[in-house]
Amino acid sequence: MSNVAFAVSPSAPEAGRDEPHSDACASLEDLGEKHRLRALKWRWLRKHPTLIVGVLVLAVVTLVSVGAPWIATHDPQAIDPLARLQAPSAEHFFGTDAMGRDVFSRAVWGGRVSLLVALTVAVLATGFGVLLGLVASFVRWADSLIMRVMDGLMAMPDILLAIALMAITTADLRTVVFAITVPQIPRVVRLVRSLALSLREQLFVEAAHAVGTRLPSILWRHVLPNLLAPLAVQATFIAAAAVLVEAGLSFLGAGIPPQVASWGNMMADGRNFVVMAFHIILYPGLLLAATVLGINLVGDGLRDALDPRLARQL
Amino acid sequence: MNYVLRRLVATLPVMGVVAVIVFFLIHLSPGDPAALIAGDTASEGDVARLRASLGLDQPLWTQFSLWIGSLARGDLGTSIFTRVPVTELLAQRLEPTLSIAVITTVLSLVVSIPLGVLAAHRVGTWIDRLVMLFAVLAFSIPGFLVGYLLIYGFAIEAQWLPVQGFVGLSEGVWPWLRSLILPCVNLALVYIALLTRMTRATLLEVLHEDYIRTARAKGLGVLPVLLHALRNAAVPIATTVGTGIALLIGGVVVTETVFAIPGIGRLVVDAVQRHDYPVIQSVLLLSAAAYVLINLMVDLSYRLFDPRIRY
Repeated sequence: MSNVAFAVSPSAPEAGRDEPHSDACASLEDLGEKHRLRALKWRWLRKHPTLIVGVLVLAVVTLVSVGAPWIATHDPQAIDPLARLQAPSAEHFFGTDAMGRDVFSRAVWGGRVSLLVALTVAVLATGFGVLLGLVASFVRWADSLIMRVMDGLMAMPDILLAIALMAITTADLRTVVFAITVPQIPRVVRLVRSLALSLREQLFVEAAHAVGTRLPSILWRHVLPNLLAPLAVQATFIAAAAVLVEAGLSFLGAGIPPQVASWGNMMADGRNFVVMAFHIILYPGLLLAATVLGINLVGDGLRDALDPRLARQL
Repeated sequence: MNYVLRRLVATLPVMGVVAVIVFFLIHLSPGDPAALIAGDTASEGDVARLRASLGLDQPLWTQFSLWIGSLARGDLGTSIFTRVPVTELLAQRLEPTLSIAVITTVLSLVVSIPLGVLAAHRVGTWIDRLVMLFAVLAFSIPGFLVGYLLIYGFAIEAQWLPVQGFVGLSEGVWPWLRSLILPCVNLALVYIALLTRMTRATLLEVLHEDYIRTARAKGLGVLPVLLHALRNAAVPIATTVGTGIALLIGGVVVTETVFAIPGIGRLVVDAVQRHDYPVIQSVLLLSAAAYVLINLMVDLSYRLFDPRIRY
């Protein structure tokens, strides 16, 4: 129960100097001291270098993906049979693939798929997870039903379950997002339930209940705000997992349709040319790794910044 | 023994839920599952025949009870594509996958626990930072990229190890091991990262306990103190070993594809491309059963580390 206290601002300021979050909260209360606030923010950022590095990496990847039409040097789909499997050069920064397509341009465009998948999966899995988790912790009869289904889902590795889900649908972006989201939901449900069960016993929730506040309102106004920090951290880790699973699915031929330039698809294309043209696998792979690294660093940084005690749980 | 039996029975609900999920997966399909399995080129008659042979024309509950009934008899169905019983297919593919799983687990434990202890012992130093950097990198780099880097470095450039493929144990221990070194190292990296992080985090907590201070105060050397602490940190580490098995099982699918190893992971990947649903269902069930059983064993092992735990 102790790991929810940090988000309840009125009690936080005395919590001690080791928790930068509460420092910021304390100074938010007297907005007159703008300078102090800025100094604190700066110190807070300096104390969490992983967060900054992560955000910077993600910012670069996002800029490149959004700016793909201007950054790409070639049409990502343009086939050039005369320029097959070329090594990286001034004309083709990352070389060309087996169909003579420019790997650099495809890699630049491919980031869009990964980022889109990361974002939608994180939002959807967190959303459904919060919903189910809150129902499980506040509606008694639903608890064991929901939790047993989650246990069952947890027993299957995420990529295997996603593969199975892809086997029953036709591959497009929506079904891929669905297949990646489902295996991630139990993680959120478990987190929400464990936090909400202890929140339920807290005095302010009991008080709200006693004065006749209705359940939806208690959940929205009193429980949810206290879940936001751990959820933000969990959502980042889910985003990282989503990028990896999407790439894995595409690599195994069960993901985004092959004509779409995604990093996973590009690496799958390069599978048969490891000896001749390793660059087809290498460059999209490095970009993918940088993206996941960025997301993971943001997650680690957020976790440490928001509450060091979460470190063991997530 | 009685306790073990009771715990074994307690896993049945989870397996039941898994069976239900696995069964209803195919009915989540927005279209006609029979048409999907048959593929685009199948005629109306083919689809109808397939529907009848899979029992998909029966009411849902009949299908379900028939399926559970055959599961209970150990019959996992017949592959639609190869028309071979799935149990036979799985048996053929078991050796490579089991070899990879066992070697990877042993390798991971042997590397990660000393590494985690070292990082915790030298917390805040460059050793610790290096270990943690390795852990975050291993979590971020897709397994198949590492796999190809290993192939490129050790098999193509240096030519020390075979590029791909699997050699059975019956061909000799050394050829068998040689064919497994790269895939197991590849698969172990994520697992090592996970276990190292957990070992470090738990050990750091234990090292702050009073009895560690007492142990140090009475003049115990560094190594005995660390071993003492490690034993007290064993339960959370063992738990992570158990839950991490999911990473391993999922990773096997990718690793077997990278290294062209004819194991169960490769079987399921081929099955997905052929919409061979009985095979997919069986592999899902099997991996869930492995996960549940291994975690049960981990639960039971707590007693070894902590005599206060009684069953």
